[in-house]
Amino acid sequence: MQDSTRSKPAWKRRLLGLALSTGLGFTGMAGAAEVNTTGLAVTDDTVQVGILHSVTGTMAISETGSVEAEKLAIEQINAMGGVLGRQIEIIQEDGASDWPTFAEKARKLLVQDHVAAVFGCWTSASRKAVLPVFENQNGMLYYPTFYEGLEQSKNVIYTGQEATQQIIAGLDWIAQEKDAKTFYLVGSDYIWPRTSNKIARKHIEDVLGGTVVGEEYYPLGNTNFGSLINKIRLKKPDVVYSSIVGGSNVAWWKQLKAAGITADRQTIMTISVTEDEVLGIGGENMEGFYSAMKYFQSLDNENNVAFVNAFKERWGDDSVIGDVTQAAYLGPWLWKAAVEKAGSFDIDAVAAASADIELTTAPEGYVKVHENHHLWSKLRVGQWQADGQAKVVYESELIEPNPFPEGYQ
Amino acid sequence: MDKWIAAFGGRQRLMQLLALAVLLLVILPLTLDVFRLNLLGKYLTYAFVAVGLVLCWGYGGILSLGQGVFFGMGGYCMAMFLKLEASSPENTAIQSTPGIPDFMDWNQVTELPMMWVPFHSLSLTVVLILTVPALFAFLIGAAMFKRRVGGVYFAIITQAIASIATILIIGQQGYTGGINGITDLRTLLGWDIRPDSAKYLLYFLCCILLIVCLLIGQFVLSSRYGKLLIAMRDQEDRVRFSGYDVANIKIFVFALAGVFSAIGGAMFALQVGFMSPSFVGTVVSIEMVIFCAVGGRLSLIGAVYGALLVNLAKTMLSESFPQLWIVFMGALFIGVVLLFPQGLAGIYEDYVRPRFANLFSRKSVTKDNGDKSVAQEAQS
Repeated sequence: MQDSTRSKPAWKRRLLGLALSTGLGFTGMAGAAEVNTTGLAVTDDTVQVGILHSVTGTMAISETGSVEAEKLAIEQINAMGGVLGRQIEIIQEDGASDWPTFAEKARKLLVQDHVAAVFGCWTSASRKAVLPVFENQNGMLYYPTFYEGLEQSKNVIYTGQEATQQIIAGLDWIAQEKDAKTFYLVGSDYIWPRTSNKIARKHIEDVLGGTVVGEEYYPLGNTNFGSLINKIRLKKPDVVYSSIVGGSNVAWWKQLKAAGITADRQTIMTISVTEDEVLGIGGENMEGFYSAMKYFQSLDNENNVAFVNAFKERWGDDSVIGDVTQAAYLGPWLWKAAVEKAGSFDIDAVAAASADIELTTAPEGYVKVHENHHLWSKLRVGQWQADGQAKVVYESELIEPNPFPEGYQ
Repeated sequence: MDKWIAAFGGRQRLMQLLALAVLLLVILPLTLDVFRLNLLGKYLTYAFVAVGLVLCWGYGGILSLGQGVFFGMGGYCMAMFLKLEASSPENTAIQSTPGIPDFMDWNQVTELPMMWVPFHSLSLTVVLILTVPALFAFLIGAAMFKRRVGGVYFAIITQAIASIATILIIGQQGYTGGINGITDLRTLLGWDIRPDSAKYLLYFLCCILLIVCLLIGQFVLSSRYGKLLIAMRDQEDRVRFSGYDVANIKIFVFALAGVFSAIGGAMFALQVGFMSPSFVGTVVSIEMVIFCAVGGRLSLIGAVYGALLVNLAKTMLSESFPQLWIVFMGALFIGVVLLFPQGLAGIYEDYVRPRFANLFSRKSVTKDNGDKSVAQEAQS
């Protein structure tokens, strides 16, 4: 293997203005033994990391964006000279949309390959399956998806939003904007929608003084929303609050449109539709409805423009970037910053150094890691346009992550 | 002595079993690291299901596409016991209701459901692992076979049952952990099941249980009941007209296969450290049938090799070709079924064993009466 860090000037390639606010000046080359006391896959020139997403099976359509973003970030970091002077090498494994497979592959990455970090997982179920593996084998996982909270681990950095960050500010905005009093909660039947709606209900009833006129769950993959649509017509809630996920979304939004429920007649806010889903649903079916997310591809700032251009250059002009894809992109950068702050690849050192890491160059804007290993982030409300992009109509202040919200349990 | 050898399938079968035992208990542990060994242990848990399928599909002619349900019963029983132990009030002090599993707390369940109470006791758990699937198989069997539902119809019904079971588990997430399954299992009566030493021990336990199941299987097949089973598969009406209750014969073998699967499931939960509905559903149930078909559906020991090889291929291929492996697996299945309809056991019988037979004296082969009928069976 060639010593790529020395044979070619690392700064040769023009970079996208992506520089980290911490640890950039690290130029001294420490020996592998010094920066790696626990036998990770680190040599004087390279460091190995894992990418663990589903590239086959039903989740592949969602997780592919995350894989692409993580690879892009790693390539950019390598072009800048790598991490502690070491080029990052990727070992990719397929979780195959199957939670036990995720656990098996996570074990393989940690026990056999001794990777220094893993970027991966998407669904809560896959994260729950690998969590004990990461805790027992002491590995580092960067998890990109917005999720239900109620979890915190030394071994995980959650780069997406936990439920309170995504829900409370969005509800506040819509209650004020639409003068909403009655809410109808709908979701897919698993832990994330149920927990999210639990938080939403508490907030609607206790803080906003509104009422929840209905709360319903449908199995994952459900495609018949006729009865739900009838109930919505009957109850006429001010806001329908949706956390229906994945493929069900296509049926749900198309059937709404077919039933004549359009945005000018019914306000609907969803916390589970990103640009990726809109690609499948069709922008014309989503037009005028709202999504509450921390990131939209249309964000108008320098970092994001550079990121979107780089992403399209690398993965094709017709690729779209959703909330999770952006969060996945942060993973390698946050890891690099933590390693350089710690001056070591050791998991314990990286975990300890992660708190208070800041990125000023994230596409979503300023980002900071809380000591609970979640990110401070903003909440944005986007209104979908016919072209499949969202117009950002509201942006909150930075919100503190609070994975164990008191009073919402 | 000879009587006993004949009762357990004859010398030939016992030698094959011994060879398998040496491979599993001596050779593999000495050559593999603990990570691979643990994976192997996981594959072996599927072998329990495949062995059960050889009995009920290969010899009984009852194709069940719902064996995952039994695997799941064993797995969930064991996982529930382990989860309760991991959810001691000290471990779960941060929850709104300490002392119950974490997913119940997330789902606003405030006290332990009745269904979970028996799983405080290990002995009761073990009893349930063995009796619940037997009872369930008996109920299904009684409902189906007494009405003479069989063949394709039975296969479809078992598949529907697997589908129903998954939907139930996912839907009742407050009681079952839903689609996440039951995760983060830690100790068995205070003994940590996660470190390497425990993985070794569990692996050996799993191998020994598998060998016991194989012995039981061979005993059943060599008995009078085994002959009846084969007779029933080939000429059901004749057996019925001879005065036998065909339904009872079927129920027994179906229940036995279910209990084997459940033991596999329980060992799975112990070795892998969690249980999820993806091991109950239709896809996994069909996969189990494939393990059995690859191994050779008329060979108990072949089923073990089938489960091992298919899973090994799955792991190796998916590590080397993360995006294409599933295509290779499909090609492998189609290839095996087209070229070797009797599976690995067929290859062994047709190509390998004749060579062996020439190596050793002819006498020892012809003397082996107990095996003869089964060997002919395999070739027919």
